[in-house]
Amino acid sequence: MDIHALQQIVHQTRDARRKQTLPKLSPADRDQLIHKYHPDFRASAFRPIRFGPNVGDKTAIELATLLEGDSSIVDGFDLTPHYTTDVLVVGGGGAGCAAALHAHGAGAKVMLATKLRLGDSNSVMAQGGMQISVAPEDSPVTHFVDTLKGGHMQNDHQLLKVMVEEGPSIAKWLLSLGVLFDRDGDGNLHVKKGGGSSKPRLLTCSDYTGLEIMRVLKDEVLNQKIQLLEFCAAVELTSDEKGNCTGAIFKDLDNQRHVVVAAKSVILATGGIGRLHIQGFPTSNHYGATGDGLCLSYRLGAKLMHVDTFQYHPSGAVYPEQLIGALVTEGIRSEGGHLVNAKGERFVNELDTRDVVSASIIRECEEGRGIRTMSGRIGVWLDTPLLDAASGPCNRSCCLRL
Amino acid sequence: MAQEDSNVIDQPEVIRHKMVTVEIAGKKYDVPEGITIIKALWYSGQEVVRGAGCLGGFCGACAAYYRTKDDPKVRTCLACQMAVQDGMSITMMPPFPARKATYDIQALKDPKQDLFNLYPEAPLCRNCNACTEACPQKIDVREGVWKAVFGDFKSVSEMFMDCVMCGMCTPVCIADIAPNLVALYVSRAQGAHFTEKPVGLDTRIKEIQDGRFNDEWTKLLKMNEKELADHCATVK
Repeated sequence: MDIHALQQIVHQTRDARRKQTLPKLSPADRDQLIHKYHPDFRASAFRPIRFGPNVGDKTAIELATLLEGDSSIVDGFDLTPHYTTDVLVVGGGGAGCAAALHAHGAGAKVMLATKLRLGDSNSVMAQGGMQISVAPEDSPVTHFVDTLKGGHMQNDHQLLKVMVEEGPSIAKWLLSLGVLFDRDGDGNLHVKKGGGSSKPRLLTCSDYTGLEIMRVLKDEVLNQKIQLLEFCAAVELTSDEKGNCTGAIFKDLDNQRHVVVAAKSVILATGGIGRLHIQGFPTSNHYGATGDGLCLSYRLGAKLMHVDTFQYHPSGAVYPEQLIGALVTEGIRSEGGHLVNAKGERFVNELDTRDVVSASIIRECEEGRGIRTMSGRIGVWLDTPLLDAASGPCNRSCCLRL
Repeated sequence: MAQEDSNVIDQPEVIRHKMVTVEIAGKKYDVPEGITIIKALWYSGQEVVRGAGCLGGFCGACAAYYRTKDDPKVRTCLACQMAVQDGMSITMMPPFPARKATYDIQALKDPKQDLFNLYPEAPLCRNCNACTEACPQKIDVREGVWKAVFGDFKSVSEMFMDCVMCGMCTPVCIADIAPNLVALYVSRAQGAHFTEKPVGLDTRIKEIQDGRFNDEWTKLLKMNEKELADHCATVK
């Protein structure tokens, strides 16, 4: 059967599937599934790092290779600074802009450098929403517990406590800058239920949460006249004799010249590593998400945490062709969209944690219940017409495999 | 990943890509049918520094002009969202030096009046509708500019929620308005000045400040690994 014939099965099984409730997996079943199918457990995709602070630690081959790379800065490089600042923020996404604005607000002289444009980041693409415990039935403690569970109890407790406790104040800060979060009739923030959480906690701005937040943060950075270095990629951090970071060296992508910045403090807000395409996976990550900050800090002697785990977003498009790698928001699953295999069956509770959903999708594909697209990629269906029967057939197969 | 997928039930083998010819900045290249314009740029070996961003249709970095075969109309798109067709002519939009007003959003006394100080060109729209036609997100930009001028900030903020700030509405404006920047100001003012304050959020912040969850925290953070795991398992 070709893909269009297989699509008919999705339509035929829709009504029956609607009546089904699939349980979330027990911790034991979850572990078994993840060990067999989650990409973090593919031994062949990992190797030990050969030197540096994490020597011997296993990580994805792509990351290990990058961490072990040579510096592009040659001996005798002139380190005379072109700019001197109090705080240097490397990265122009949500974290970078927020850090720059807070440091600026506290009276520091701030410079923000990014290898692309201000605001180019994964933050701008976040659709599903932002988890903050604002609902009366929710609490920062519950948020903490839910996150620990999602993180297989590996999270840094102190950091996590700060994040869940400061979330509400950050929401207030964003509101004061003019971010338009969705509201309930009584004016309170509207919260949706996201994957892996026990209470509704997702703050949203229509389907454009990240875009709305980033439009505002970017505009605010410009309004505050924070000094910018755009299209300048950080290639090395500088340090004093004691190993303290004293600034960074950038390469201006427009003229290939180096720019040296001296700073009292350097904040790395460089984002993730999706664009390394670990294990050959497509990514929904921004073009710039190449793990620069990990390398920069590793070369200065920082020990990296959790180098053996990576998050895989369960749903990304593999069909149609021009949408390959495009993220399909978690929101579609939280609204009740079904994941369906070639036989028309659901195979996982769509609101289970991301690792469980990802591993289940891979299991279906590997065990021959996936759908092959025109370009030979294998995926499973995400039944979206279920959500809006009126909009006609627009099934997308979504998957993590090539 | 070049793994064998021979076990996929009853499905045909891979279909080979058909190639199409496109013109990029005046030069012809053969590229696979159905890939995006951005991928066509990469496929044909162009260096893309400024024209690529999130690759997901959100960041507005890849604003492009294109024309399809035998059609005189030059259209706009986001290059990461548009599939190439045979005979398509493509060029990327260069950065445009639009003026952005700077303001302290919280200190504005009368945001609807301040619009005319910050963007005095906004009311000079001559209704040519070029901005609306240029918008790859299909926003009724012209209508939005008028609504801003007449003080209907709420509608503007809703209309421009999917504005990716690509700026394609700006070079076409004969009145030198930058509609996307006007709309951004209006949306921020709507959020900061004309939207209800969420009472529940303030309550939550106060609860945290007053230490309402302190006992729970103490209990939780004192648990050993096993106790914590057991506790977590009880939360559904």
